[in-house]
Amino acid sequence: MRKIVLWAPLVLFLVFAGVFAHGLLSPSSRDIRSQMIGKPLPAFSLPPGAPGHPPLDRAAMATGEPHLLNIFASWCIPCAAEAPQLQQLAEAGVAIDAIAIRDRPEDVAGFLARWGDPYRAIGSDVDSRVQMAMGSSGVPETFVVDGKGIIRHQHIGQIMPEDVPALLAAVRAAR
Amino acid sequence: MRYGVPLRPAVAATMLALAAPALADSLMPAAELSDTQLPDPKQEAEAKALMETLRCLVCQGQSIADSNAEMAGDMRALVRRRIAAGEKPEAIRAWLIQRYGSWVSYQPTLDRVTLPLWGLPILLVVVGVWLARGRFKRRRRG
Repeated sequence: MRKIVLWAPLVLFLVFAGVFAHGLLSPSSRDIRSQMIGKPLPAFSLPPGAPGHPPLDRAAMATGEPHLLNIFASWCIPCAAEAPQLQQLAEAGVAIDAIAIRDRPEDVAGFLARWGDPYRAIGSDVDSRVQMAMGSSGVPETFVVDGKGIIRHQHIGQIMPEDVPALLAAVRAAR
Repeated sequence: MRYGVPLRPAVAATMLALAAPALADSLMPAAELSDTQLPDPKQEAEAKALMETLRCLVCQGQSIADSNAEMAGDMRALVRRRIAAGEKPEAIRAWLIQRYGSWVSYQPTLDRVTLPLWGLPILLVVVGVWLARGRFKRRRRG
């Protein structure tokens, strides 16, 4: 008994040191995942985000076919960087709707003219209301929404070329 | 300093880090209620108290009351708009937790993950009292 008591502080110290070392050395993620995965899209209706595109509301997302919902902005540089990947997804037959965050239609039009236009409908969310209702915490983010309007998957940050197959698979799984 | 000297990586990284927030801002004005107090002081006090206990999603570690990030401004506007509409602060907190997880709130709720946080202090006090009791007893006898 006395032996255990003598060794206990050292053992406790080693346990603490181990916990702290693990916390310090393991790579930290600053991503905040949406808790809305598996839940239906919130009800929303947004004004048009760019000329020549229909506006976006919840009903337009529940068409029976899975969609990508891309949250982007013309002022967001990673959004320009992921444009070729979105183009690739659109060419593969995926319907891509978008929400432009804190943006003006004329700026979005300029962005699309410059970086390509893979979008069907674009909604304009000037004060991030719908973005917050979706549990999204930045641009760019991409959600996979199934045909019934249920959120199935969230991709945080820009879509890299190597992310395209996984997103295609997620869209197919949502069918 | 001579021209054309390459920047040290650390200096370059610092400059890039300083430049990053400027790159991440939109051209739009701040949301209507993000920096404007509510006309009713009682409601504003409620909103302020709630904003101080909600975490900014961008500059993580700051409350939305302290953060200058645009998203924090939009969150302040959301809080004020809903308080003005008569919603209870705890309902707004619950709405945000439902979307972002309990991470977004600085007031941890009691659940399986936070159980040690609430339980350990009580356990430590009990153990402390038990240890102290042993000491007092011995002293009385000696």
